[in-house]
Amino acid sequence: MMEFDSVTMSRMLTSLTLAFHIIFATIGVGVPLMISIAEFIGIKKKDANYTLLARRWTRGFVITVAVGVVTGTAIGLQLSLLWPSFMQVAGNVISLPLFLETFAFFFEAIFLGAYLYTWDRFNNPIYHWLFSIPVVIGAGMSAFFITTVNSFMNTPQGFELEGRTITDIDPLEAMFNPATPTKVFHVLSSSYLTSAAILAAITAFIILKKKSTDYHKKALKLTMIATFFFAILTAIAGDLSAKFLADEQPEKLAAGEWHFETEEGADLILFGTLNEDNEVENALRLPNALSFLSHGDFNSEVVGLDQFPEEETPPLWIHYMFDLMVMLGMYALGVSFLYIVLSKLKRWNEHNKWLLWLIVLNGPFAMLAIEFGWIFAEVGRQPWILRGYMKVSEGATTSPHVEWMLLLFLGLYILLGVISVRVLRKLFSDNPAEVELEHRYPEVDQRGVDV
Amino acid sequence: MSYELVGITVLWIFLYGYLIVASIDFGAGFFAYYAKQTKQDHIINKIISRYLSPVWEVTNVFFVFFFVGLIGFFPDTAYYFGQTLLIPGSIAIVLLAIRGSFYAFENYGSKQSSVYMFLYGATGLFIPASLATALTISEGGFIEETSNGVRLLTGELLTSPYSWSVVFLAIVSVLFISSAFLTFYANRANDKPAMELVRKYMIFWSSPTIIASLTTFIAMSQHNHRHFEKMLDLWWMFGLSVAFFLGAVFLVYQRKRLGLAFIFVMFQFFFAFFGYGAGHLPYLLEPYITLQSSVTNDTMGLALVIAFIAGLCLLIPSLILLMRMFLFDADYVKGNK
Repeated sequence: MMEFDSVTMSRMLTSLTLAFHIIFATIGVGVPLMISIAEFIGIKKKDANYTLLARRWTRGFVITVAVGVVTGTAIGLQLSLLWPSFMQVAGNVISLPLFLETFAFFFEAIFLGAYLYTWDRFNNPIYHWLFSIPVVIGAGMSAFFITTVNSFMNTPQGFELEGRTITDIDPLEAMFNPATPTKVFHVLSSSYLTSAAILAAITAFIILKKKSTDYHKKALKLTMIATFFFAILTAIAGDLSAKFLADEQPEKLAAGEWHFETEEGADLILFGTLNEDNEVENALRLPNALSFLSHGDFNSEVVGLDQFPEEETPPLWIHYMFDLMVMLGMYALGVSFLYIVLSKLKRWNEHNKWLLWLIVLNGPFAMLAIEFGWIFAEVGRQPWILRGYMKVSEGATTSPHVEWMLLLFLGLYILLGVISVRVLRKLFSDNPAEVELEHRYPEVDQRGVDV
Repeated sequence: MSYELVGITVLWIFLYGYLIVASIDFGAGFFAYYAKQTKQDHIINKIISRYLSPVWEVTNVFFVFFFVGLIGFFPDTAYYFGQTLLIPGSIAIVLLAIRGSFYAFENYGSKQSSVYMFLYGATGLFIPASLATALTISEGGFIEETSNGVRLLTGELLTSPYSWSVVFLAIVSVLFISSAFLTFYANRANDKPAMELVRKYMIFWSSPTIIASLTTFIAMSQHNHRHFEKMLDLWWMFGLSVAFFLGAVFLVYQRKRLGLAFIFVMFQFFFAFFGYGAGHLPYLLEPYITLQSSVTNDTMGLALVIAFIAGLCLLIPSLILLMRMFLFDADYVKGNK
């Protein structure tokens, strides 16, 4: 009984840390790219608005980086503290990407410090911009390496397991396992999408609440075009991921889609509820769409849950996570498309109140989609911690004190969450962009236009 | 050299690196708080934040690098240390989290508050103390393996003279290393008042440092005789350590060649730390884990060593660049950039 409690508590604490960390990790991967783009446009167009944009984003970014770093350290240590048996076994195979991830992190940390403190050091601004490149690369590489570890847990390969002894290790085969390409693609594109969406949401909110200046309009245009572009990439990545699941992890797709029986021409179930007998009600059925989603052919066969022993299938509620993630992704694509269409048509105003509100919503929605997507991916491989090799219950610590640690970390994350929001708000409300622009770049002509 | 020896040497170097850079950081937090309490904060806070702001994140990576590398090279350590260190490990994470994020909140965010200064100063002493626990339990005698798994004998740990002398040594060393560095840095910035203040700290903390080293040595002879004997065999390393200590204190006392004095301090801890580490082998955790029993398999060992060399080719030039811009750029240190 005590054993069971430690397992449940360890799962809860790990979920808590990861759910909190990915908010900051996603921003940490995506925002440097947006900063780098803005600074580059500023230099090329000789437009101080964009340079200021990069500067202000950077200032907020540092706060989120700090929380990302400390929660990342937390999850790094918690892996061993909460899952010692798992790490003892898997550590043999996944240490290469874990190790490389710290190198990427190191690289990023060094150049972030350099980037932050050299804004006005060089006569040619392009030198300063060059410092942003290693930050973007380092952030992307850490996402890449850590995602390969997660991919390995979903589709382990590159080793033989006899009892608890691992032999025949091939580190590269383990790293480049079947799940790696689609997962990395999806993680990177959705991080860029979410970061762009959040920056756009903040800008839209300021335009709604105050007045819109050239600075804010340029910021909105840049972030919305980026949102649109990354939303398309994310949709492609999502489609490839579904096809990957159909081939390599059919039980996750089947549970996510409530696909109980193996059949050809399978329907896609949107929304709906399950009754007590596990029958689908109130759902929208798209005939043969699941087959198309899985294999690109409306009549292909899709493996159902009937092919797996009941104790090896994930919980069915992950269906809601899947639906929510896809819907919110589509919302991001739709809103950014609408913005671009309206801005191209002379007769329409892309800064109308309704559209701005939709853009504001898109920021939190995109972050929620990240959370839902990760819950779907992680709960979708239950009961395995190492699919096909080790169950979650065999990997957890036996320490009876996990519940206290859960409370301790819950307190920590509430504290960090509240303070970082307050600090970020204060940072920008005390120093509006118009004021800073005039102060820093007095030569820029500011035309404040009311909405 | 075998992979396990390469592995442990690399990791020990990184832990040593963390010992130095983190000590500077942790001690600076304490001095900043102490200076505020004694109304001298205007003298040294600028110096401290000019050094720490661009590098605090790098400091953190040294630590992450060490524990990720340890699990990579020696996966068994994940099992034994992971099972036993849940509570001290979690406390250390929380303290590190508070410290790291509050540092950013305050320095890049809003104005200084005294609650923050207190937390920053206090965590600077608690973190080394809680991290030192891992080294203490690696000596053996503090954990037991039962059929249910491994557990920490908290009572033994809390009543052991050895564990307390390690905690004491960790704290005073942090203050000593930090003040030695800040003396050099303040001098470089041509900031006489700051230099005089941290110089006083450095001289003050030198005697507790050497006393704590001796008591830890004595406590070790009681707690783990094997390790103690092996350290006696390496007496020359500890002799060199003491010699560098005396040299450093002498130079700082004379206000001469403060950069060299800090390098002496680095050598002092280098020899003590490596003497301690070499004596520890072949055990990583007595008596459960030895270097040979726990090492990952050869293929992974080779992959890690290759990754490490490739990583260094990237890191060393970047670190040199960072140091040239923020540590050895006289204009930056003086506050002109």
